[in-house]
Amino acid sequence: MSLAIADRISSARPWPNLLRWPRLSRARWLSPVLLLALWELGSRLGVIPERVLAAPSTVAETFWALTVSGELPANLLVSLARAAAGLSIALVVAVTLGLAAGLSRLGETAIDPLMQIKRTIPSLALTPLFIVWFGIGETPKIVLIAVATTFPIYLNLFAGVRGIDVRLVEAARSFGLSGWSLVREVILPGALPSFFVGLRYALGVSVLVLVVAEQINAQAGLGHLINNARDFMRTDIIVVCLLVYALLGLGADALVRTLERRALAWRPSLVEQ
Amino acid sequence: MVQPRIRSRAFDAVSPAPATAPVAPAVKLTGFVRQFGANRVIDGLDLSIAPGEFVALLGASGSGKTTLLRTLAGLDPVGDQDVTTPSTRAVVFQDARLLPWKKVWRNVALGLKDKGVRARAEAALKEVGLGHRLDAWPSTLSGGEAQRTALARALVREPGLLLLDEPFAALDALTRLKMHDLVLNLWNEHRPAVLLVTHDVDEAISLADRVLVLNKGRIAAEEKITLERPRAPDTRFQAIRRRLLGHLGVEAPAPHEAALVAFPTGEAVQ
Ligand SMILES: Nc1ncnc2c1ncn2[C@@H]1O[C@H](COP(=O)(O)OP(=O)(O)OP(=O)(O)O)[C@@H](O)[C@H]1O
Ligand SMILES: [Mg+2]
Repeated sequence: MSLAIADRISSARPWPNLLRWPRLSRARWLSPVLLLALWELGSRLGVIPERVLAAPSTVAETFWALTVSGELPANLLVSLARAAAGLSIALVVAVTLGLAAGLSRLGETAIDPLMQIKRTIPSLALTPLFIVWFGIGETPKIVLIAVATTFPIYLNLFAGVRGIDVRLVEAARSFGLSGWSLVREVILPGALPSFFVGLRYALGVSVLVLVVAEQINAQAGLGHLINNARDFMRTDIIVVCLLVYALLGLGADALVRTLERRALAWRPSLVEQ
Repeated sequence: MVQPRIRSRAFDAVSPAPATAPVAPAVKLTGFVRQFGANRVIDGLDLSIAPGEFVALLGASGSGKTTLLRTLAGLDPVGDQDVTTPSTRAVVFQDARLLPWKKVWRNVALGLKDKGVRARAEAALKEVGLGHRLDAWPSTLSGGEAQRTALARALVREPGLLLLDEPFAALDALTRLKMHDLVLNLWNEHRPAVLLVTHDVDEAISLADRVLVLNKGRIAAEEKITLERPRAPDTRFQAIRRRLLGHLGVEAPAPHEAALVAFPTGEAVQ
């Protein structure tokens, strides 16, 4: 049945010449490039008005101009600093709580229920409360990022610590390791793969929260840039900022990958590199 | 060659006693009991192992061999019962239990704090024939290499008591025979007291000074093996083997079958 279908698919080639050209049939870059070309064409022909969406060429020019003038790098730096501050707080809090809950029953009983309750509240929903508490300066933005990124790191570290192979712990104990040395030599390295999963997730979340947090009366940063652009209907600047957000996401992922490759060199890789 | 060899025989139970006094045992249990809930796994067991003695422990599956070994390793609570063991003990488990995130030599050096650990780990690994894999990740070792690393890790701390829980069970017959030679050599060299848990009667007879059979929570039988090493499966060997199999409740083979050499895996070769 399925064989027959597969047969028909492989034998019926709508554009035999195009698809038989093997490199083109696998060219994943082709459709995005086509879309860009259509977009550019639409803008040039006036089908897509500038105030709806700027042409790719305009976006590229704006990108360059903003970079050269220093406006984009300066604002990007402000945003990065916010994300870094929030993430640092989250790392300290999440690692402390994750270890405390992972390493002791008492810690789990005390901490885990609170974290699970916290999880049920979408972090972004706390924005109004944080504005009431912390005003509209830097604090609510950083706190929002910290709060939102704590949970993924906590949860994965906790699971990592609990998922350690007890036979390894036992072997290490039989060789005289206990207390802190057991944690450092066995439990932390064993939980590291999980921790990285949480960290990667947290970095993604931090970019997401950054977008929302910077809507709170930002005087600088990518959000500020976007807000200004919105007021002047500069769709080119808005698209540039969206691109930068995307690059931030990619960069965060690359960062964690690099860290993982260094720290988890011992893992037999599933897929040969 | 830098071989920081064995400094002291660290049997804390053995003090330099006058030659006439009987040597204090390295391991001593009297009337030992261990139970899980209502299940008394070890029930009034008496055991004594002399320093440097090689003892093999046989018993049916679930008879409590691992439980006894864990007790001697200090991995299980003993309550207020008296358990005498040397202060330095080392275990080799059936699965090598190497930490995958530590290079081979660091696994061997696990928990050692004094200076020159790398040199000591290196020497131990050379002794088990793995001097060339010092910086390998454990996941790249073969089963036999991993087990040899585990042996090196146990021996590098010069244990007064070496506990082996079916360390060769997962290896192929040929590798296992090589491991037997290796263990005997290392034992000759370092002279720890050894407790080897095994399912393999032939392994027990060819290695140990004394073979114990654990049944119903006690030592049900004991065979002193005085044959000279290396031990060939001759008639005396076969006689011991038949007696032990009898204790284990296995039908002893008829005399004419005794000429068959049982391979450690259990299949007979004619
Ligand atoms: N932690 C535990 N909790 C409850 N029961 C246990 C525990 N550990 C062991 N037992 C029980 O104690 C008995 C002896 O177990 P043990 O592992 O010592 O057997 P063994 O002689 O080593 O068997 P095998 O040859 O199969 O390894 C078994 O019935 C087992 O179910
Ligand atoms: Mg066992």
